[in-house]
Amino acid sequence: MIYLNNAATTLQKPPCVAQAVVDAMSHLGNGARGGHTGEMSAARTVFQTREALAKLFGFSHPERVIFTANATQALNTALFGLLNPGDHVIATDWDHNSVLRPLHVLARERGVEVDFLPADRQGRLRYDQLEELVRPNTKLLVCTHASNLTGNLLDVERAASFARRHGLYFLLDAAQTAGSTPISMEEMGIDLLAFTGHKGLMGPQGTGGLCVAPRVELRPLVSGGTGVRSFEEEQPAEYPEHLEAGTLNGHGLAGLGAAVDFILDTGVEAIHAHELALTHRFAQGIRDIPGVTVYGDFSGDRAPVVALNLEGWDPASAADTLAQDYDIAVRPGIHCAPRMHRALGTQDVGCLRFSFGYYTREADIDAALAALKEMAEPCE
Amino acid sequence: MRVKRPTLVITFPTTTAALQWERQCQALNIPGRIIPVPVTITADCGLAWAMPPADRGRLEEVPELSRSDCLELML
Repeated sequence: MIYLNNAATTLQKPPCVAQAVVDAMSHLGNGARGGHTGEMSAARTVFQTREALAKLFGFSHPERVIFTANATQALNTALFGLLNPGDHVIATDWDHNSVLRPLHVLARERGVEVDFLPADRQGRLRYDQLEELVRPNTKLLVCTHASNLTGNLLDVERAASFARRHGLYFLLDAAQTAGSTPISMEEMGIDLLAFTGHKGLMGPQGTGGLCVAPRVELRPLVSGGTGVRSFEEEQPAEYPEHLEAGTLNGHGLAGLGAAVDFILDTGVEAIHAHELALTHRFAQGIRDIPGVTVYGDFSGDRAPVVALNLEGWDPASAADTLAQDYDIAVRPGIHCAPRMHRALGTQDVGCLRFSFGYYTREADIDAALAALKEMAEPCE
Repeated sequence: MRVKRPTLVITFPTTTAALQWERQCQALNIPGRIIPVPVTITADCGLAWAMPPADRGRLEEVPELSRSDCLELML
């Protein structure tokens, strides 16, 4: 199979990841639930994963790298932990339902006010309209680092600078970029960074997290056992326990730690360059195929995602044909990005998304192009 | 019968702080190990660092890290 659905998950991982999970399942106890060998191995493994992620994200506070089950839980932790009734949030048309739905709940149930920075027909964010959205009660700017639909990258410096200028917190959703696009929280001015472990980081599913800058205090989304301060009725004030209740996914985090070590050894810049080259190869190739409509802006740096439609095909049928006749995996539909589809005008049909990863080869790109070329030919 | 010895016990607010401490001590070759917090300090759970009192002076080598307390106990 040629797997071109890496924006959903990276199916191919470095071999060290599965090995780390298997080793962990044989040897790890429950970190912070005792002081003997198995428990200490688990505690050290989780700690090392925090340290590796802090290094990867240019963040000097590994104790404030909070583990969650995925990016969605991390984003919920940030949004529900920060926002109060009457607060105003600026989000964007690029946002995934992992941001849109929690904001909808907060608006409906807690009186949080939300405005969205629009995207134009090419999917470009209208940064020039940011200033118009600020209100006296604006507290947070939340942006996705890369649209999971078009692959366009946020101008992080511009967004962070805007947030800083207006005294807002800046939450970056790095679900599509962590591990494959360079990120430095402290250099870029990011207050909250949400990530998933199973996409660009190439770790196991069921892992993710939130990096919380020291200037941000969040209410816990969940409460429960931490292995410390057991007589206290509230969650401990100290991080990471403040935002982590219950047993962590130690086995998954062992795999994530191995994956992050692999990325640090390989270099995020090298991974990004490889994926960008593949994306440009694909984007150039589809220009020659008649009937292809491509979405998004290809003028600058981007994530390795290309969304398109093929004349005469509905995206679901096209994806099924690619799977059945060519053994190529892609994703059709709305991709949990309803506002972006409305901005692009594709809300009635969706589109076909090709997304590449570290283990994608040039030959995979060429095979996908050849398949699309055949599919674009008129039927007999 | 196990003989109790004087032990210097350092406690921490979080498990992560205890592990950061362990990392620093290992890097500096400061003797000691992680233990469950002794009940003479608290019946609560958590981890502590146990080391020979004779090496107390070496604690000054450890960079400033979050720690709650430092006590000498018979363990």
